Amino acid sequence: MKNLTTKVLSNQEIAPGYYRMRILAPGYSQQARPGQFIMFRVQLSLPPLLRRPFGVFRTGFLPPECDGMPPLEYVEILYKVVGRGTGIMQELHEGDKVEILGPLGRGFDAGPVGEEKILVGGGIGLVPLYMLASELVKENRVRLLMGGRTRDDIITVTEFERLGVETYVSTEDGSLGEEGLVTQVLVRKLKKFPDSRVFACGPMPMLEAVEGICRDRKTPLQVSLEALMACGVGACLGCVVIGAGHTTEQPKQLCTCKAGPVFKSEQLDWSQFGGKNQKASGGCK
Amino acid sequence: MSSTQKTQQVEKPNLAVEIAGLSLKNPIMPASGTFGYGEEYAGYIDLNRLGAIVTKGLSLNPKAGNPTPRIAETVSGMLNAIGLQNVGVQDFARHKMPYLRELNTPIIANFFGNSLEEYGEVAKQLSDIPELAAAELNISCPNVKKGGIVFGTDPKAAEAAVTAVRKHLKMPLIVKLTPNVTDITVIARAVEEAGADAICCINTLTGMSIDVRTRKPRLANRTGGLSGPAIRPVAVRMVHQVVQAVKVPVIGVGGIIRAEDALEFLIAGASAVQVGTANFINPGAMMDIIDGLERFCIDEGIEDINRLVGSLEI
Ligand SMILES: Cc1cc2nc3c(=O)[nH]c(=O)nc-3n(C[C@H](O)[C@H](O)[C@H](O)COP(=O)(O)OP(=O)(O)OC[C@H]3O[C@@H](n4cnc5c(N)ncnc54)[C@H](O)[C@@H]3O)c2cc1C
Ligand SMILES: Cc1cc2nc3c(=O)[nH]c(=O)nc-3n(C[C@H](O)[C@H](O)[C@H](O)COP(=O)(O)O)c2cc1C
Ligand code: FES
Repeated sequence: MKNLTTKVLSNQEIAPGYYRMRILAPGYSQQARPGQFIMFRVQLSLPPLLRRPFGVFRTGFLPPECDGMPPLEYVEILYKVVGRGTGIMQELHEGDKVEILGPLGRGFDAGPVGEEKILVGGGIGLVPLYMLASELVKENRVRLLMGGRTRDDIITVTEFERLGVETYVSTEDGSLGEEGLVTQVLVRKLKKFPDSRVFACGPMPMLEAVEGICRDRKTPLQVSLEALMACGVGACLGCVVIGAGHTTEQPKQLCTCKAGPVFKSEQLDWSQFGGKNQKASGGCK
Repeated sequence: MSSTQKTQQVEKPNLAVEIAGLSLKNPIMPASGTFGYGEEYAGYIDLNRLGAIVTKGLSLNPKAGNPTPRIAETVSGMLNAIGLQNVGVQDFARHKMPYLRELNTPIIANFFGNSLEEYGEVAKQLSDIPELAAAELNISCPNVKKGGIVFGTDPKAAEAAVTAVRKHLKMPLIVKLTPNVTDITVIARAVEEAGADAICCINTLTGMSIDVRTRKPRLANRTGGLSGPAIRPVAVRMVHQVVQAVKVPVIGVGGIIRAEDALEFLIAGASAVQVGTANFINPGAMMDIIDGLERFCIDEGIEDINRLVGSLEI
């Protein structure tokens, strides 16, 4: 974990509103673990003031710029343009100076080898699952259930397939794959493979639904959360989530940036997310 | 320099300053609440290069703080409503001090309370931690027993808080003022009178931001404290006013992100400065500022940074 002043290697639109950026990042392929993230300084002059958090999609090497030079080590992020910071990011070009802090946070715990592993990704939430998949496929059967609103939200699925991951796509409007929510696919898969371990990342309603499904079946689950962040290192306490067993006298709050962003589902107090799902499934805690 | 006055050659300017009996290597320290308990930034910078370390605000009991969202970015600044979440003074002594005491830089514990009794009790417990160099009293808190009036917005209440603390505290006392008042010099004089060894200003300015689509406040707490470059001119003005109103040394805080910003405060009369929000943007900010101060002194031929303090020309 350190602050690198570095440069953009490439920045391309891969689907409407979704971009893939490669950033020169010496050391990242050794250091970055699946599920970790970086704090990205959009431009060295202000604004925007705060850094933006992005999951590590993968790390790798590019051939050197000229013979005899070492290969270029990079970290790759995938981002969706949603606001001011990402709006500026989409205009960045090869060679532009940026700063990245990381790799940060606690990533996924792969669990025992030989298990069935199910990855559940919603939209851009698929990002931290790629590195995880590339490690898991070495010794496990891996399935990716990928959901989105429309076909435009289904990104990089072929890259997962190239790793040897079985993929199942669903969209809410039926424009690609099965029509409906990714959670209905999850229910089916868990019926068929009840001893699976689930790893999920996506919008909060999806995570709550996944948690309900896994809780009912006692399926081990890890989720990767998002939170508003200022520092990314556990100093500002802006990004806290309420942990299981929290009381006012004995606060148990967890920094998403430091104790997370990946949590085992039993670490969290799920009632904080105000979910409809909580009531539907009885909310036994 | 183009002026006729030839600047003298300075190779290694003195950056050391003294505040309330504390000797600091340089005038740069983190602002409370932006640097955790120090250890959070150990992997990024050499903590021993700092003039001092100021901890997150401590209370008698552990405090959960506010619901989320707790932060919102604004123009050249940010709002926060963390709600003073902290581990409590006992846990701090047991679990955070062992790391901090090994460092070669003074440790300043920031603290607060919700009643005069609580302020006094925390001061007592802090005095039992031998390695603490000083305590910084945050009076931007409501007095729960007195209808929630914020101690730092009323000269009598501020004086009472400082008196309650002074009675029990066995180390130098820095009192940190809130800018959310009509005339900060009135409060500054009141806390000096009650025994403050130094004054730190400013804390955050109360603000609010609304998401126009949802029509909801962007902070769960509705309002929050504004920090960052946006507040710097206000902070410089208040430091300037306070320096003229009191005799005790003043520590300047508010929107410092570069060495030039820190210099503004020193020239206005602050003997040292704190860096807050800038740490989030660049963990190396304080290192860069220390280097920048040294470079400025060399360039300007200033052999001792203390000569800059209060050098404002009007
Ligand atoms: C651990 C983590 C990993 C993430 N990984 C990815 C990723 O791989 N790809 C991706 O596209 N997005 C990811 N996000 C979300 C991403 O950080 C936001 O989309 C981004 O910060 C939006 O910035 P903006 O300036 O464009 O939006 P604005 O709405 O203008 O931002 C205003 C403020 O809100 C914050 N913010 C807005 N949306 C979010 C959000 N969803 N989560 C956290 N902060 C937010 C911004 O950081 C900024 O401080 C991740 C978030 C977290 C916490
Ligand atoms: C996230 C955050 C938490 C803070 N927590 C505290 C605190 O616990 N006690 C305190 O006295 N000030 C606290 N402050 C105020 C800062 O110490 C400082 O006075 C203020 O942020 C202005 O400085 P800046 O503009 O450099 O950030 C906090 C500020 C921020 C941004
Ligand atoms: S983002 Fe600052 S504590 Fe997590």
